[in-house]
Amino acid sequence: MNASKGSQFDIPELRNYLLDHAYDEMFAGRDELHPHYEPLLKNFLSLPPGELRRRKQSADVSFLNQGITFTVYGRDEGTERIFPYDLVPRIITGSEWSVIERGLTQRITALNLFLRDIYNEGRILSDGIVPREVVYSCKQFRRQMRGLQVPRNVYIAVVGSDLIRLENGEFVVLEDNLRVPSGVSYMLTNRRVMKRIFPILFRKCEVRPIEHYTQALLGTLRSLAPEGRPEPNIVLLTPGVFNSAYFEHAYLARQMGIELVEGRDLVVHDNVVYMRTTSGLRRVDVIYRRVDDDFIDPLAFRSDSMLGVAGLFNAYRAGNVTLSNAFGTGVADDKAIYAYVPQIIRYYLSEEPILKNVETFLMTDAKQRRHVLQNLDKMVVKAVGESGGYGMLIGPHSTAEQRADFAQRIQANPRNYIAQPTITFSRAPCLVDDRLEPRHVDLRPYILFGDKVTIVPGGLTRVALREGSLVVNSSQGGGSKDTWVLSE
Amino acid sequence: MLSRVADSLYWMSRYLERAEHTARLLDVNLGLMLDEPASAAERRWKRVLAALGHPEDVEWEGEPYRLTHSLTFDGEIRGSIVFCIMAARENARHVREQISTEQWHRLNRLYLQVTSKEHATAEEALALSFDEQSSDFLQSVMEAVHQFQGVTDSTMSHGEGWQFIQLGRSMERASATVRLLEVYHHDFWGQPERAPEDNEYLEWIGLLRSCTAFEAYCKVYTADLTSGRILEFLLLDAAFPHSVRFSIDSLQDALSAIHAESGKRHAADHLTRLAGRLQSSLGYSQVGEILSADVASYLRGILDQCREIHTTVYQMYINYEIQAALAG
Repeated sequence: MNASKGSQFDIPELRNYLLDHAYDEMFAGRDELHPHYEPLLKNFLSLPPGELRRRKQSADVSFLNQGITFTVYGRDEGTERIFPYDLVPRIITGSEWSVIERGLTQRITALNLFLRDIYNEGRILSDGIVPREVVYSCKQFRRQMRGLQVPRNVYIAVVGSDLIRLENGEFVVLEDNLRVPSGVSYMLTNRRVMKRIFPILFRKCEVRPIEHYTQALLGTLRSLAPEGRPEPNIVLLTPGVFNSAYFEHAYLARQMGIELVEGRDLVVHDNVVYMRTTSGLRRVDVIYRRVDDDFIDPLAFRSDSMLGVAGLFNAYRAGNVTLSNAFGTGVADDKAIYAYVPQIIRYYLSEEPILKNVETFLMTDAKQRRHVLQNLDKMVVKAVGESGGYGMLIGPHSTAEQRADFAQRIQANPRNYIAQPTITFSRAPCLVDDRLEPRHVDLRPYILFGDKVTIVPGGLTRVALREGSLVVNSSQGGGSKDTWVLSE
Repeated sequence: MLSRVADSLYWMSRYLERAEHTARLLDVNLGLMLDEPASAAERRWKRVLAALGHPEDVEWEGEPYRLTHSLTFDGEIRGSIVFCIMAARENARHVREQISTEQWHRLNRLYLQVTSKEHATAEEALALSFDEQSSDFLQSVMEAVHQFQGVTDSTMSHGEGWQFIQLGRSMERASATVRLLEVYHHDFWGQPERAPEDNEYLEWIGLLRSCTAFEAYCKVYTADLTSGRILEFLLLDAAFPHSVRFSIDSLQDALSAIHAESGKRHAADHLTRLAGRLQSSLGYSQVGEILSADVASYLRGILDQCREIHTTVYQMYINYEIQAALAG
């Protein structure tokens, strides 16, 4: 370090700022700032000592009073915590964003065509692009959806895809969430709090707004209403107040001005869905459902579900009600299908994928399996149907025992696992005590697909708050931060 | 409006009203207790327990502060202040999207205040300091509930949901006042041979204060306290918000508004008749008649009618039969 030059790293707030092979969102190199982070760093360093901490406390209080909390189970009642979050926004330039936007639009369009195809003619299977057995062996494949017409042929109206940044700075897709993606309320509330805490900086940076998300969501749902229902009654179906995402369900319903319903509020009669109101039964046309396939209708799926509505699937099949997302969409975010997404894009759109995949090894392939088993300590192994960071082996951080365990599991059920090389996600500056320290981050933009594709410029940046950790899931010590997409 | 939402709003409101009432009852009696010998405490606190409808798992054990501490902080006791606030907040959480953000903030802050860790973990330490600070604490609960009501009135649309909140509050308030009257009747004026006690004046003040009625009473009757006038004021006064008549008038207003909004397709005859009968009985009664007849059964009759109105509201708007609704 060259002290006479007055290196940025001489500043106490940046001491210990680790730079290595991982891409850093703020620094291009020692003393070399990515220009779009300049106003932010300048602003942060100009604040009087302790001011950042004061603002952090102010934000904490704001989250707590708004009840943006989750319940810690297994402790005495009333143990509610605010979701961990970080005060330093993650900044993405306008040109970086336009690549993401085009890439995701392309990807979601192709995945939707894929779903329509496999539940109807199955051309991609006949043409041998995706092996039949991979699709049919997927737990999320719903036989009941075969040959069923869904409104506008839209299966996946609400999507959140997880992107990460490779060492060269390129964004790639780590996974797609096509069932009931969550987290969008944190994107919206993080933003609201940040605007209060850093108004001047926010204005200076010319951050693109995201406030219109809920309106766009409502428009998307309305565009999918059954025909002949010009004034559709749209509701949000939640598993209830004990669900960890309940805050989000209530938040979205309120922002959209639609009813938040639970299974027990709905009844099906003659294949028509009604909700029980104080003025009698009222017909329901569109259900934005935040309940998993398995639990939504005890007659069609798991019969032990208490959250669902008996007869809902038949009403759906009869075309009297729209559910978003459709059933059986989980087949397209299965981690084994993920490996085929580039081929899927080429097959339906005759285009090259704009956003790449992470290299993925299929354990059903003997050659690839052998390679993975020999290199388990360098691999990340994932169960294909799991999410939330469960059922995972992170090779470099694992013990020999854990590796042996996974090797056995892979051999016992190869279809259930895939492997990827361990990737070092990019790091973004986070506030740790009074200093800035880099932590690994990913990015989950939210895509809406109705009569058109809408992606609000932003998303949820998830942070692995523990030093060195690569796991960003909130269930496993992850937090979030606001994501600023700049106009330029 | 969803039936489940109406249910939650109604109970949120009832529980908050109950928390406020309990807080006031405890505060008033802790204060009055200081003016009398320790030997008189048993009668006082047994009366308080009766006025609260004898909450389960609480007995008078000779320790006023321990009793009031349990009735305040023990979340296991149905009817304790903390229990009521937790229940109100839980109901609010179920309808988070139906109430205004300001309402939620006010209620959530109250909840955080009464359940905060300092109270729960250092319970013993608190038991000591509670004796000294009980009044501050109970006052702050009452203030918070008042603020919540103010915020509700000024930030929530006065539509059906708001009406269910009014309904819950009026129902709870009417029942609480009647129960207080019942208990005082039983202990004092219901026993004609009994000679007036020296400090009975204190008890009348206590009864009035338990309903925030002391000042309002004095404005009407001056500070000349007699049992007949107190009964008349708390039961039949048309303008005082804690009187039974006033509460039933508000309840009737809420019911008509709900009926206008939602009940058009129901034949509301039964509910209209029930509420109307109770309202007129209070509107046209004279205290002399009540006193010359059986006061206890008159009061019990009001409570029974309140209960019947509650059941009928549920049958009409919340727990109705699906088949009947489809046919109608």
